[in-house]
Amino acid sequence: MNSMFTIFALAACLGAVAVVVSQSIARMAFWLIVSLGSVAGLFFLADADFVGATQLLIYVGGTLVLLVFGIMLTASGPYMKIETSPAETMVAGLIGLLFLFMVFSTISGVDWEVSKQQILAATGRPDPDQVVGFNDNSEGNTLRPLGFAVLGLRPDRDLASGQNTSPGYLLPFEIASVHLLVVLIGAAYLARAKRRRDVA
Amino acid sequence: MSITLAANSIAEALDGFTVPIVGWEIPTGIALSIAAIIHAVLLFHVFAVCPAAFIWLERKGSARIQDRLGPTRVGGRFGWLQSLADGIKLIQKEDLCPPVADAFLFKTAPYVVCLSSFAAFTFLPFSHGWVAVSADCGLFVMLAVLSLEVFGIIMAGYSSGSKWSLFGGMREAAQMVSYEIPLAICALIPVVAAGSLNLGEIGDMQGGHFGNWFMFHDPFTFVAFFVFFIVATASCKRAPFDLAEAESELVGGFHTEYSGMRWSYFFMGEYASMFAVCGVASILFLGGWHTGILGLDGALEGLRAEGAASAGFSIYGYLANVIGAVVFASKASALVFVQIWVRWTLPRLRIDQVMITCLKYLVPISCFLFLGAVVWPLVLVLTTDESTLWPEPLGARVAVGMASETEVKSAPVPVELPDWSIHEPAAEVSAPDVERESLTVGLNNVEVRQ
Repeated sequence: MNSMFTIFALAACLGAVAVVVSQSIARMAFWLIVSLGSVAGLFFLADADFVGATQLLIYVGGTLVLLVFGIMLTASGPYMKIETSPAETMVAGLIGLLFLFMVFSTISGVDWEVSKQQILAATGRPDPDQVVGFNDNSEGNTLRPLGFAVLGLRPDRDLASGQNTSPGYLLPFEIASVHLLVVLIGAAYLARAKRRRDVA
Repeated sequence: MSITLAANSIAEALDGFTVPIVGWEIPTGIALSIAAIIHAVLLFHVFAVCPAAFIWLERKGSARIQDRLGPTRVGGRFGWLQSLADGIKLIQKEDLCPPVADAFLFKTAPYVVCLSSFAAFTFLPFSHGWVAVSADCGLFVMLAVLSLEVFGIIMAGYSSGSKWSLFGGMREAAQMVSYEIPLAICALIPVVAAGSLNLGEIGDMQGGHFGNWFMFHDPFTFVAFFVFFIVATASCKRAPFDLAEAESELVGGFHTEYSGMRWSYFFMGEYASMFAVCGVASILFLGGWHTGILGLDGALEGLRAEGAASAGFSIYGYLANVIGAVVFASKASALVFVQIWVRWTLPRLRIDQVMITCLKYLVPISCFLFLGAVVWPLVLVLTTDESTLWPEPLGARVAVGMASETEVKSAPVPVELPDWSIHEPAAEVSAPDVERESLTVGLNNVEVRQ
């Protein structure tokens, strides 16, 4: 498991670096696939099948295809390139290093063992004998809890104790879908052919 | 025993096993890797044999349908040598890369196509429990992985440095982005009827009489099967939707500049994903590995149950699974044959017609079918007080092997509306009782999880 984690993590990092280094947009898109696909692989390793598949479907299968489609429709020359000036590289590198420092200091500041115990105490240790779905628990049963949570049921939280009475993901889910609908209607409105209106 | 034949059971067998002569003990990590390699190699053979068989079938079919004389005469007995000769020819060819092409992308594109359709086989169950990865959202993962294939084709089209390839790639992108919507919606319709995204579970639910197949579950799923099949044909870019490689307009479309093995990788990917998509169609709608004949299926289920009851390896359970795999493969191959038949019979559409077919017809139709399939069980229960159209007892919701051990805990998903649409194994329980029972089971489940 650990070696697979190393492979995927390395691929994700190297892909991300290659995105930054390469100048052709199509190659960037390819390296972005490598990077995002490896992140999906990390999700699969963490038994989060649903999140991994969503990552593949939305980012790799959807967003990147649209990106390349956009390049193909708009490019004037054969291969579109982005040239970065040294100043831009300097500024971007500086910001990147600052961000890395922030993330690193945050992560190293957390006592993982304590927080792991806290999480286990709050959510309960998963019971290996318990069979909820078709699969064993060992094989990533994240789908059913996710489905419950979207419906507003949180079986992993103790609602009676009054600590966390979150109603699940129903509200954010609905807000996101309404938001998408608004965007869709707006896009259709902007893109439709303008009809000339004769003013009498 | 784990429900998946998968890596787990092989890994368990290997874990701690001592190699006879050398005397090493196999550690867990290596046992897991060996198990994974065994699965990958097995699946790779399916992936490699599919194209060979289907290209042979395509040749023969096209020859019979269009009076082409060649394929009916050459290539050994029944022409089986032809695919082999093709393979040898393709390996010998020079691996060309045009000077104007983006060499790196040009060379990697075929692998992207091949890998994504190969990876889809990981989630495809071939028989009860015969699946490499039995993911809880297997169908979702599989569709996600299959959708990556487009990217390889777009990359090939873009990086070839040829206008024909670019047009082919662009058409492919436009076609894929629009056809994925009805594909996903149509795949959801049997999922709604089943209440599960696990392909193995969906397949297992359709045992017994062929009325249990989700195709015959209600009128909406019946139509949905045909819509799904059309969309699946389009998503494999098969004629009449093969605009990305329309040879009458675009020379060869996205693969104009390719030759030799790289060219053939595209076609290996295409034929393999035809089989994968048809396999999904036969699991979702056509009962997967079940024969659809009540007596025969009952006997096979009995064998499986016997296999599940015995602790170790059972020849009966294995035999039943082999028969199941044969049934599954023949269903999927029959669907592939229909795709071939359609390809050599219907003329190619124009690109605007392809887009109109999808956006103006298939998307609304599939949305309507989805709505209908959701409402259907409610209407049926309210009007006739029956949960299904068929008088026959329906297939068990949970696999036979699992049902005996974990009867209570593995009962239907609690929150899902009471099991109206779902097959109830217990015939003597009346509908309201079933409803109350499944709700209480749901509450139990919630409590257990706390």
